[in-house]
Amino acid sequence: MLTAGPALAGDPAITEMQPWRRDLGDPIDDAPYGLPSPFESDVVRRRVEWLTPDAYTAINFTPLHELDGIITPNGLCFQRSHAGAAQVDPAKYRLMINGLVDRPLVFTLQDLLRFPRENRTYFLECAANSGMEWRGVQMDGVQFTHGMIHNVEYTGVPLRYLLDEAGVKAAGKWLLAEGSDAAAMSRSIPLEKALEDCLVAFKMNGEALRPEQGYPVRLVVPGWEGNMWVKWLRRIEVGDKPWHHREESSKYSDLMADGRTRRFTWEMDAKSVITSPSPQAPVLHGKGPLVVSGLAWSGRGSIPQVDITLDGGINWVKARLSGPSFDKSLHRFYYEFDWDGRPLLLQSRAHDSTGYVQPTKDALRKLRGVNSNYHNNGIQTWHLKSDGRVENVEVS
Amino acid sequence: MSRFPSLLAALCFALPVTAEPLGLGRVAEPDEIAAWDIDVRPDGLGLPAGSGSVMQGEEVFIEKCAVCHGDFAEGVGRYPALAGGLGTLQDERPMRTIGSFWPFLSTAYDFINRAMTVGYGEPASDDEIYAILAYLLYSNDLVDEDFVLSRENFTSIHLPNEGGFYMDDRAQTELPLFTHDACMSDCKTDVEITARVPNSQ
Repeated sequence: MLTAGPALAGDPAITEMQPWRRDLGDPIDDAPYGLPSPFESDVVRRRVEWLTPDAYTAINFTPLHELDGIITPNGLCFQRSHAGAAQVDPAKYRLMINGLVDRPLVFTLQDLLRFPRENRTYFLECAANSGMEWRGVQMDGVQFTHGMIHNVEYTGVPLRYLLDEAGVKAAGKWLLAEGSDAAAMSRSIPLEKALEDCLVAFKMNGEALRPEQGYPVRLVVPGWEGNMWVKWLRRIEVGDKPWHHREESSKYSDLMADGRTRRFTWEMDAKSVITSPSPQAPVLHGKGPLVVSGLAWSGRGSIPQVDITLDGGINWVKARLSGPSFDKSLHRFYYEFDWDGRPLLLQSRAHDSTGYVQPTKDALRKLRGVNSNYHNNGIQTWHLKSDGRVENVEVS
Repeated sequence: MSRFPSLLAALCFALPVTAEPLGLGRVAEPDEIAAWDIDVRPDGLGLPAGSGSVMQGEEVFIEKCAVCHGDFAEGVGRYPALAGGLGTLQDERPMRTIGSFWPFLSTAYDFINRAMTVGYGEPASDDEIYAILAYLLYSNDLVDEDFVLSRENFTSIHLPNEGGFYMDDRAQTELPLFTHDACMSDCKTDVEITARVPNSQ
């Protein structure tokens, strides 16, 4: 009998008929473009109001604590713009290559689709990710300490094919990549990098780029800081020297303790973080079996090993990696154990394929001071308390 | 002649051909390049003809820039200060302005032209941009009030922190330190919490 009757013993989620069992579901035409369950409405990008002057030159953060695997869903990829998210008409999209080339060229989107394509998965990390933690702990959640990152499978044309088409002159050593938005974002990129692995991408995770990620075309600069991945890409100029533009001199440069500044700090150092448990993902089930989950990545290669400590770094064990291991892509790790309910100091430590081991924040501060803003890849500590709550701390 | 013609043929079909241009795209017209090729470099490449004085610049700046950057380029809210801060780069709270931090004046010309005459900003002529820069140099105590900036004298202006930048040296200063066998057990004798999120429990 499926009609109401006397209350049965047991879990009402089982013994009582639920509306999704009784009634027809939503018609197939309800969501031509599918959306997450309404029960997942909390899984969204979030902004920190005081961080930027307004909502146009601004950034929001990927909800890492809610995600698993290595791929970031398109609608949850953090967004950074310097003049808002441009809405570019693809019919009016043009990509120009000029400067020290034999033939300055203009491509339409349809032209780009006639070159051989590649599919590659890369992380994009903003150089400022974890930058608010240079002076000490500040942000109460992995979304805010580490959420300026996403990992996407890109479909695009190797930039070298387009450069071959234009014919780079012998004197050409640098590229200027430029966006078509109201910031006309511009960054200098050494030619060797462009020839090595840069892509001119038009798809992310199989579908068109989202507007906030540079629709219809963005540059992909694997392993290097996100600001160089110019969105709404309109132009590549070939030159013999770097341009020293604003976002590679006054910004995205690293002020050291001695008052001097590193420039062109392109590569993202190896880094990892436990995404759960974390302040936004407390342990609600009490003691017993507990899954620790996290992410690791390196701008210089892949991640063969991640270590986990439960005691703030006295003893370490190797985490279990699960899922694809690509160069310059996020890696997913797990560590499963029986939690006895005692407070823990959780950390993860990444090793990359060059042998580099993720340093502590204090080791970085000793070398750089606390005013470098960018490239903070230090080890993160979460304090898991007996009641299951988690706080952001630093340890001796 | 290959001894393995069938294999060679298969490879030719399997791999994208990139050595020969595909003949895609079209040649960019000079007017099109002129419309988009707006970038300026420290050696002056890309600067248009023009000039502007400190006095003209003060007027333009107050009209077009001061709402975000302040009458004296001191910054409003979280919009950046463009003047002051000289000698603060080793301080606990360094002030990074055009005068105290930026290495090249060309960066300011380029940025104002590409990003501050659209979107956030107001349209400005080439002469007005030279004038704004003259005023910003004056606001940073780098020129006198009768100074006139032009394409001709542009590269003779050197900002105080030009020599303060150096190429990323992590490969020499950091990678050797952080490339090592990692300690796995008894790595410390004890551990204490040294910092918490402000106002947390």
